[in-house]
Amino acid sequence: MALAIDILSWVLLSLGGIFVFIGGLGALRMPNLYTRMHAASLTDTMAAVLIIGGIMLQAGMTLATIKLAAILLFLLLTSPTASNALASAAILAGVQPEEGPIKRKVISQ
Amino acid sequence: MIILFGIFLLTLLVITALAIVRSESLFAAVILTGIFSLLMAANFFLLDAADVALTEAAIGAGISTVLFLGALALTGEHERGGTRSRLLALGVVTITTLIVIYATFDKPRLGDPDAPVQQHVGTWYLENTPKLIDIPNAVTAVLGSFRGYDTLGEVFVVFTAGIGVLFLLGARSAGRPGEIDPANVPDEGLRHYLVPRVVGRMLIPFIFLFGLYVQFHGDYGPGGGFQAGAIIAAAVILYALLEGEAQALRALPMRVLKWLVAGGALLYGAVGVAGMLLGGNFLDYSVLASDPITGQHIGIILIELGVGITVTGVLLCVFHAFAARGKA
Repeated sequence: MALAIDILSWVLLSLGGIFVFIGGLGALRMPNLYTRMHAASLTDTMAAVLIIGGIMLQAGMTLATIKLAAILLFLLLTSPTASNALASAAILAGVQPEEGPIKRKVISQ
Repeated sequence: MIILFGIFLLTLLVITALAIVRSESLFAAVILTGIFSLLMAANFFLLDAADVALTEAAIGAGISTVLFLGALALTGEHERGGTRSRLLALGVVTITTLIVIYATFDKPRLGDPDAPVQQHVGTWYLENTPKLIDIPNAVTAVLGSFRGYDTLGEVFVVFTAGIGVLFLLGARSAGRPGEIDPANVPDEGLRHYLVPRVVGRMLIPFIFLFGLYVQFHGDYGPGGGFQAGAIIAAAVILYALLEGEAQALRALPMRVLKWLVAGGALLYGAVGVAGMLLGGNFLDYSVLASDPITGQHIGIILIELGVGITVTGVLLCVFHAFAARGKA
């Protein structure tokens, strides 16, 4: 039983790590602001759920698990909100989402 | 493993610091200082300094970022090209760096039992906290009771800083409080952003609750007045950002905030004087109750409350001083 929980938690943590990596890669390589934000928001939703889920399995039925659940709830409320605020700020600042097939270009910031 | 994490975090710190220096956009630099503080907080946590990590995260990453942004709103977003001699600056930085690196050779290794920090009063505090004060968090015992004078000094530093900022920035806002017509609140804040507003309003009570938990749970876990003050101030600042500064001033007028600034420091001092009146020394809490240990508990809770009140008041005063300046 303990082994099964360890394996499950290991799978969740690794998957979470992979999602963080994909998110970081996307934030670097995607062509424009909105697609990059889409990739970055992966790290604080999907990856957070997986990693905190993995840690919760390690913590077992303790107070720490409840605290982790509270942190997870907090993250799931705030991270998408932050992404939403960033996107609407970008729209207000006049960054237009590109339509049609995306032309790859060198992004000079 | 911890060493590996430490090296990783410190490398990121150096990279962030370089990025802050190199960044021409002050806005980006401010956000990077927030990231720097978060990394620093993670570092402190790695060194088992949970109390310091909490303070760094709340004040460094949270409130000072907001204050910097407030200052940016008053100035501009871009660095003005300086005419200073870069070579001179480079020389000073190089020499200082070399001296600091040289100094680290004398530093004891991390966790070395023979290090001076493990030899002097530190062990005495750890041994005597259960006997004399009987609370699980030795940091709170040292901060609140053993080194109560130092903490009193810190509170007065915060108090003085708050007064200084109010003198420098807030002079004009003195006549404003209480004069805001509720029906005529200017349209400001994030009123047009539905999602942040709804989520923010939902979270504010819980942030307050967490602040109170950190305040009163400081005897048992990481936390205390400084951290709680910062968290509660952050909740009010979030309210001000969502609903506009005028609304926040209606909830907590400047008049009240000034009382908070002075009242917290006063409460701290009063606990010390009460100890003297009851026949003990200044800031000796043992005489506050018939049982010395209960007296210590009462004293620590009261002075932590004083710390929390002053920190909340000062941070909010500074925030409002910046915000009022931006509108004038």
